[in-house]
Amino acid sequence: MKRILFGILFFTFAAAALAKEAAPLAKDPALEARMLKLSKELRCLVCQNETLADSQADLARDLRREVREKMREGMSDAEIKHYLTHRYGDFVLYRPPMKPTTWVLWFGPFLLLFGAAGGLVFFIKRRRRALDETPLTPDEATRIQSLLNKESDRA
Amino acid sequence: MARFLIPFGIFIALVVFFAIGLEHDPREIPSPLINKPAPAFKLPQLHDATQSFAPGKMLGQVWLLNVWASWCVSCREEQPVLVAFAQSHSVPIIGLDYKDRRQDALDWLRQLGDPYVLSVSDADGRVGIDYGVYGVPETYVIDKQGVIRMKHIGPVTMQVLQEKIMPLVLALSK
Repeated sequence: MKRILFGILFFTFAAAALAKEAAPLAKDPALEARMLKLSKELRCLVCQNETLADSQADLARDLRREVREKMREGMSDAEIKHYLTHRYGDFVLYRPPMKPTTWVLWFGPFLLLFGAAGGLVFFIKRRRRALDETPLTPDEATRIQSLLNKESDRA
Repeated sequence: MARFLIPFGIFIALVVFFAIGLEHDPREIPSPLINKPAPAFKLPQLHDATQSFAPGKMLGQVWLLNVWASWCVSCREEQPVLVAFAQSHSVPIIGLDYKDRRQDALDWLRQLGDPYVLSVSDADGRVGIDYGVYGVPETYVIDKQGVIRMKHIGPVTMQVLQEKIMPLVLALSK
């Protein structure tokens, strides 16, 4: 039993040791952490719902390498973002920039929310007013009177 | 009447939005490089690594830059179209062999035909990144001034050539 467990452990760690991605981490952990933090804000263009940090696509690996190198060259995060949007467009940013073409994106949901809330308030007010203000028709008045009379008769 | 028309109107608007959304291919990301100068590079030629090529050499003519690779499955589909198109000699096509092994690329061209005036090797994919390449094959139309005028993502088909690329090339060649 012990031997089997040992075997399993051995192969688990052997596989971890063989993983290529782990290699650069050891060289400069601070830079790697900064690269990963920035990569979490960037979109992988191949598998579009993954971040650059998570993706195993070839291009993602190349772009991480590129980000790493730009950082080593002393570029700021903003400059690296600009470098990437210059080539791939705003699509690489998970947080789209605020500009006239993205106003609908940023403010649209709030507009819809306030529009819906306003509509609801308007609708309720109108309904209440309609209920308050509708006078009784003569028919209804006589019917109510007769029902009330019946009640008082019974009493 | 309005109480039925309003929800119906909202429903129709939603259907229209969804229909437009379905028509869009999410893989096609508009390139910010359209109408910008084609990024400069200097890369070794595939057939003769001692020779280099830079896009500046193509100034004064309209040309196509086709990004391809021997490992790329859709390129296989595209190649016969490009080979047939190259025989018309109307537009020079330069190949950018993206992240490929030289020998694999040469074998591939021998097997499927070589539509390129010449190909350059972008072994580490850096030039590809400068051009915003994210899915091979990609094709760029570059004008006489060296400005990118169109980018086609995915394999070039006969239809794309006839309806999109050729009309643009003819207009730019005037």
